[in-house]
Amino acid sequence: MKGLKIIVLAKQVPDTRNVGKDAMKSDGTINRAALPAIFNPEDLNALEQALRLKDKYKGSTVSIVTMGPGRAADIVREGLFRGADNGYLLTDRAFAGSDTLATSYALSCAIKKIEPFDIIISGRQAIDGDTAQVGPQVAEKLDLPQVTYAEEIISVENKIVNIKRRLERGVEIVSSPMPVLITVNGSAADCRVRNSKLLMKYKHAKTVSELQNESDDYIKLQKERTYLQIKEWNVSDVSADKEALGLSGSPTKVKQIDNVVLQAKESKKLTSDDKDIDFLIKELVENHTIG
Amino acid sequence: MNNVFVYCEIEDSIVADVSLELLTKGRDLANQLKCDLEAVAIGYNLKEIGKQIFPYGVDKLHIADDKRLEYYLTLPFSSIVINLFKKENPQVALFGATSVGRDLGPRISSALVSGLTADCTGLVVGDYDDPKTKKNYKNLLYQIRPAFGGNIIATIVNPEHRPQMATVREGVMKKEIFKHNYSGSVVNINVDDYLNDTDFAVKIIERHIEANKIDIKKSSIIVAGGYGVGSKENFKLLFELADVLGGEVGASRAAVDAGYVEHDRQIGQTGITVRPKLYIACGISGQIQHRSGMEESAIIISVNNDPEAPINSIADYVINGNVAEVLPKMIKYYKMNSK
Ligand SMILES: Cc1cc2nc3c(=O)[nH]c(=O)nc-3n(C[C@H](O)[C@H](O)[C@H](O)COP(=O)(O)OP(=O)(O)OC[C@H]3O[C@@H](n4cnc5c(N)ncnc54)[C@H](O)[C@@H]3O)c2cc1C
Repeated sequence: MKGLKIIVLAKQVPDTRNVGKDAMKSDGTINRAALPAIFNPEDLNALEQALRLKDKYKGSTVSIVTMGPGRAADIVREGLFRGADNGYLLTDRAFAGSDTLATSYALSCAIKKIEPFDIIISGRQAIDGDTAQVGPQVAEKLDLPQVTYAEEIISVENKIVNIKRRLERGVEIVSSPMPVLITVNGSAADCRVRNSKLLMKYKHAKTVSELQNESDDYIKLQKERTYLQIKEWNVSDVSADKEALGLSGSPTKVKQIDNVVLQAKESKKLTSDDKDIDFLIKELVENHTIG
Repeated sequence: MNNVFVYCEIEDSIVADVSLELLTKGRDLANQLKCDLEAVAIGYNLKEIGKQIFPYGVDKLHIADDKRLEYYLTLPFSSIVINLFKKENPQVALFGATSVGRDLGPRISSALVSGLTADCTGLVVGDYDDPKTKKNYKNLLYQIRPAFGGNIIATIVNPEHRPQMATVREGVMKKEIFKHNYSGSVVNINVDDYLNDTDFAVKIIERHIEANKIDIKKSSIIVAGGYGVGSKENFKLLFELADVLGGEVGASRAAVDAGYVEHDRQIGQTGITVRPKLYIACGISGQIQHRSGMEESAIIISVNNDPEAPINSIADYVINGNVAEVLPKMIKYYKMNSK
């Protein structure tokens, strides 16, 4: 079998799992700047599945595609440090404010530029939205079959991919022809760590914008080592229609945002003393909550 | 035309609870919007399925019944729903936020270029003034959901695009029979009009799906444990207390992740939502993702050795103490007082 051409869709997200005290402002709103930007966890699971295919099927390549502000080039670099071969950053003001539909449109335009490919892999969902919509929507836009909730890409034989899915109450093994889009669950294998050789090799991988502030010598070096170039694409590079992007391309509008406020109840304070527990149980029995 | 549609998930000829919950919500929305409620059922051997669906107030049931549709597959199922929606133009379409609904919903919304909001915790009819165009919209569906890891609550609207689509997790909406003898019409979909062979490109090779063994949602008393319970061994105390009270055991994600109990018992944003008569939170700190799945419980007791634990602020009774010490006493005094 000749190698597979694999695309991994990955997103940089604020680490919403660690919204600590310093991330909440005194008025109860979130201070986004205080949240570290991380590689979306399930996208790392996706990357690992891609890298395993690359290990197994010689000659395969893994390309990272991410969309976001300039600093999202970190996602491509992180992918390179762990074993990806190259990467693309979609960045343009016109992408800002996109909902999942507009995002999937932008990604599908980029993927059309990268064609041909065999497998697109992404995380099931991103922790800043938890929607799980972008993967299937990209698949629909590219008219591809999709396999969601994947836990393991088992094998590729005769242009057919075998995939194990982890569902609410069990597992399913499915086969799909290629090209196909697969979204990977957090229950899949963790991603390997950075490889120190790759870290050395790709430390200076940069986008065009990142090079702007560098010295001429540095830029010259970059030009010679093409593997250090992270491709940076804007709306016209991927031939996208501006109207289908950003706020205008997003059917969903945010009407209102409310902070989660804790409404403190009047609670009865008790201890673990026998008399307190006895009192509590009696009260619950009397008001028919239990018994 | 322009009715409220609910997609009904079916496994082993039984309509999923989440779909029945959505039918109840759908009936309520249809009443407010003064339109009909329609349901879509896709599967195999569905001749009797209407009996389960109509009592929830369904006016029209669309059935696609075919051997090839016995198990959910993205392409044929989405193809049927997309074509049906193109013909019927629903104003609202609801799906369970399950592995099926979250696979199907986005595919449909992409094909129809309509907005989809995932994991809604509230669906309300209301008006909307667009701040930019100053246009006023009447009777939109407010899709209310936690966002940003549950730290904020967002209200989403889809002013221009139809259907307004949303997914909702199991247990979030209440399931209620509308009228036992409610009757509506059945429309049999001719599946060959909507399907072609390429829709069956993805094949199911093996399937091991277990019936829902643990169903804590129906229990009116839940004894839930968190990371503070400390061990699988200590969780036995919770099972014992639940047993004497006639309740079920639930858990926080940290307790599930630690392997103290099975995932089916996880309560919260990524687990199930419960609203029992009594919720006893043992060694649970009460992060927002957990609270969103239990805060509507009628009475909440918190057993925690940290008097400042966030859960305490929504508890009716706060017992400052150690789980391993308090639970045996609760069991003992219940046995003494209940007779
Ligand atoms: C996207 C996302 C989704 C999530 N979904 C969920 C979800 O669905 N459900 C969920 O529960 N969580 C969810 N979480 C995780 C959630 O944020 C918390 O991490 C989790 O709920 C904490 O569980 P805990 O309260 O058991 O553990 P901890 O926060 O570690 O709390 C343990 C508590 O036990 C107390 N304690 C310790 N020892 C004792 C003792 N001996 N006796 C009495 N008390 C003791 C401590 O004081 C503390 O209050 C989610 C997080 C994210 C980011």
